[in-house]
Formats: sequence, structure tokens, C-alpha cells
Amino acid sequence: MAKIETFYEVMRRQGITRRSFLKYCSLTAASLGLSPAFAPKIAHAMETKPRLPVLWLHGLECTCCSESFIRSAHPLAKDVILSMLSLDYDDTIMAAAGHQAESIIEETIKKYDGQFLLAVEGNAPLNQDGMSMIIAGKPFSEQLNRVSQHCKAIISWGSCASWGCVQAASPNPTHAVPTHKHPGIANKPIIKVPGCPPIAEVMTAVIAYMITFDKIPSLDRQGRPKMFYSQRIHDKCYRRPHFDAGQFVEEYDDEYARKGYCLYKVGCKGPTTYNACSTIRWNEGTSFPIQAGHGCIGCSEDGFWDKGSFYDRLSGIHQFGIESNADEVGGTAAAIVGGAIAVHAAASAIKSATNKADQGDK
Amino acid sequence: MSDSSITTDTSHDIVKHTESVYVYEAPVRIWHWVNALAITVLCVTGYFIGAPLPTMPGDPSSSYLMGYIRFAHFASGYVLAVGMLGRIYWALVGNHHAKQLFIPPVSKEHIKGMIHEARWYAFLEKESVKCVGHNPLAQAAMFTMFVFGTFFMIITGFALYGEGTGMGSWQYNMFSSWVIPLFGQSQDVHTFHHLGMWFLIVFIMAHVYAAIREDIMSRQSMVSTMISGWRMFKDNRP
Repeated sequence: MAKIETFYEVMRRQGITRRSFLKYCSLTAASLGLSPAFAPKIAHAMETKPRLPVLWLHGLECTCCSESFIRSAHPLAKDVILSMLSLDYDDTIMAAAGHQAESIIEETIKKYDGQFLLAVEGNAPLNQDGMSMIIAGKPFSEQLNRVSQHCKAIISWGSCASWGCVQAASPNPTHAVPTHKHPGIANKPIIKVPGCPPIAEVMTAVIAYMITFDKIPSLDRQGRPKMFYSQRIHDKCYRRPHFDAGQFVEEYDDEYARKGYCLYKVGCKGPTTYNACSTIRWNEGTSFPIQAGHGCIGCSEDGFWDKGSFYDRLSGIHQFGIESNADEVGGTAAAIVGGAIAVHAAASAIKSATNKADQGDK
Repeated sequence: MSDSSITTDTSHDIVKHTESVYVYEAPVRIWHWVNALAITVLCVTGYFIGAPLPTMPGDPSSSYLMGYIRFAHFASGYVLAVGMLGRIYWALVGNHHAKQLFIPPVSKEHIKGMIHEARWYAFLEKESVKCVGHNPLAQAAMFTMFVFGTFFMIITGFALYGEGTGMGSWQYNMFSSWVIPLFGQSQDVHTFHHLGMWFLIVFIMAHVYAAIREDIMSRQSMVSTMISGWRMFKDNRP
């Protein structure tokens, strides 16, 4: 294996002081939910470990994951994060183009077989032989499978790679499939980092964790890192006291909306969405949707496009009409049964009255 | 256990000749009414969790309305679940009528009885059958709607509760950890939990109506049986 610079060397070369570097290490430890004792471990890892080569492949996507990633407000921001990883291939932001760019994939596979990370943004369409997503004249699907055979682990960036997202929404004309459902994908650990896009700091912290501890973070049953996806938006929402008090925004432009009450009644999906928005927030911790006055739309949840309106807390039940939900269907069923009971009771009363009359005749 | 001689058809206890039989032992009766109360509280509070009451005015620290509603829901949920466990235990140690709730109605006799009862409800039969326990149609409804519905609500309910208690809690480990991936995500679990409530409400409506109607029109006591435990028969014909 070729000698690569350590993270620390890269940082120093870029003019970052040791003081800033140590600050970065302690902030990383804090963001990973680790005790201060881990900061020196992170520093040690950064000083001694070679940079982790990453191939960042792009399937059907909108680049929002990349846009989010490069805005990481993590202490030493984008340039360090990008140097921390040896981001060998990322067609959106790399300088190389065409065959020169594509040859990097082969080169990385040869040099770092089994040691590099595969980051997948977007997903591969299977219909029409994958013709909806062509890279360098070949279906993306083939590139994905080939690279996955040689990587160490796979990161599924965003809801596209994790669940399918908008291109896999019904009726899914191109048959786009998330990474873990892609036929022929290598049997490697897959870390899902869902969100549309995922939070920048979550993305960088997941990578920082893997570099520091040389293992994948602990995942929940659906394959998401527990450290960021173990709680719902609702559990840590700063508007939660209004929820518990029973204080809700009834309409988007009412007085309660101005007072910043809970958005539950206007369809906030915070109670059903696992993500870290309400703690880490966005854009250097400036805000997140609920803080901006709009309910959560649950973008990091499986199938969020296909579960009815963004403003309903229940999934749509389309078998009973486009906009119906569980309460409408259930309420209608109860009303029908209630009506049937009333009719049946009336019929029973008449029946027993006539029976009595018959018996009287006898 | 009876005032006069009885002969029963073992399949589902069609009584040939009797006046009254002790059917429901005290634990079953207590469970029935506690369970009825728990389900009522669960439906009302559950509905208001899904569609909250109008906004409370004032400072959030001065009211805790949703908190109390949710507490009542969770507390009744525990009562329902613990009650169900107790009921299962009683099915094992109680009299043979206590087992009937958990027996799926699949035998030939059963289906014949169900058809007879269905015809009785459709006014096509002059007389209902005499049953010590549930009539065959009631047993079918109990098993498919009540037992299935209640288990479904207990499982999905604890799965949703475990989301709040968090990873590592027993509710999460035993329920949320597998129920939520099974449905895909939390929102669908919520949706089916709502549907489950309506399913049980439909059952309860039919159950209450049928019990009162049978009490008046059939040949045996119904409502008082669940209070005293004794099934009274109105005639001595088979």
C-alpha cells in the first residue's frame, strides 16, 4: 500500500495550528456523544492513521447530499473534512473529467483493495437495463456492483441510497432501488445515513467515527447509526413543552403560529421521524424546519413520498379515495355499523311485536 | 354447577334442558368490566392524542393537558395488557368456559352453528340456540375481532410507547425494535394503531347491541350473566 499522509499532516500542511486541531478533536468527540477522554484518542488516530480513501459514487440523485456535506460547519469545515478523507472520486466536485476521472476508480480499487470506503449518493435504476442512469457509457448499476466488491464498507448517503426517495416513489418508472436492495451488491456492511439531505455534521461525524475507531458505528435494526438516529425529532424538540401543555398551532397563519406553539396539529411529522435535526440543527446550528415555523415532513423516513400528504400525521389510505386516512376510514366504518345496528334494532322490535301479536291470536 | 339436570352438547354447549348455569367465574367478570373501562379510556384518550383538543391558553408551564391525556392512555394501556395476561392465565386455570375466548371457531359443528345464528339475526330462524357460553357466531367475533384486535393494539401500542421510552428500554427491545421495521416506519405503525381503534369500536358496537338484543329476544340471559356469572334460561324447551 502506498504511503499516504495522515490527517494531521494534511491539516498542518493546510496551515491549521495544532491548537485548532485539538479543538477539532474535542468537538468531534462531543458531537459523537463521547466523553472528553476520547478527544486524545481521536487526536492520536488523526496523527497516526493514513487518510481513508473514499470513492463517492453518484446515482440518480439531486446532489443535495453533496451540497449538505460541503457545508459541514464542523470545527474545521469543508477543506479539512475533504482532506481528511482522501476523496479520490466524486464526479460532482473532482477536477478530473471523462476517462481521466473514471480511471481513478480502477486505480483506487487496485491500490487500496478492501480498504477504501464506498459512499453512495443516489441509487441505481433497474428498468430498461439501467439506461436511466449511465456513467461513462455504462449503467451505474454495474459501477456500483463492481466497486462494492472491493470496498471495506458502504455508506448510503441520504434517503435515495437508504430508502429510494423520490425517484423510487410510486409508480417508480425506472425501478430505482436503494443500495441494500440492489441486486448483486457485495455483502459488505451498509451504513444508512438517511435524510433529504442528511445533516452535514452527521455525515462528517459518521466518517470521523469510522476513522477514529476503525469500525462502523453501532447501527439500529434498520441500519442507521444509533448515535444520530435513535431518537425522534419530537423527543428533543424545543417546542415539546407546548405539545405537553396542549398548545398547538391550529392554522399556519394564526396567533399560535406566531407564538411558536407545537406544529403537531398542522401535520408535523416530528413524532414519527428519527433524525437529529432538533439537536444538531442546520447551517452551523442556526435553525431547523420546526424552528422556522414549518412542521417536519419526515424526509429521513422510509417511503416518505408515498405516505400521503406532508401535512398529515397519518399515512394516506388510497384504496378508499385519494385523501382518506385511518380516522376517516374508521369513522365511516363505525357510522355504517351504527346505522346497520339501528336498522337491525328497529327490525327486531317489529319482529318481536308481530311475534307477540301472532301468539295473542292463537 | 346447575340448578337442574343438564345435558350439554360438548361442541359448543347447546343446552338441552336447564334453568340456570354458573358460567363466568368472578375473575372473568371482573376482567370483563375492568377491560371495558380500560378500552373506553383508551379509545377516548387515544382519539384526543391523534386529534388534540383546542389549544390551551396561557403559559405552557401552567397546563399539562396532553401530558395527562397521554398518561391516562398509557396507564390504561398497561391495565389492558396486564388484564389480558391475567385473562390468559385464567383460561388455563379457570372453568372450561374461560377457554372459549381463545378457541378459533373452525370445527364443522361451529360453522353449522354460526350459519344458524346468522340466520337468526337475519330473521330467518324463529328461535335462537340455547348456549351456556358464547353462541357460535359470538365466539367467532370474539376470536377474530376482540382477541386479534386487542393483541394487535397491545403490540403496536407498546411499540409506539417504546419510541418514547427510547432504545434500551424493555418496551423498545420487546416491541419497537421489530414492529417498526416490520411496518417500514413509525408513521405506518401510528396509522394502523388508529385503524385498530376503529376495528375495536366496530366490535364493541356490535357486541353491546347483540348482548342487549339477545338479552331481550333470545332464550337466555346476557347482560346479567356478566354481572352475576349465572346464565338463566327463559324456557325448558331444548
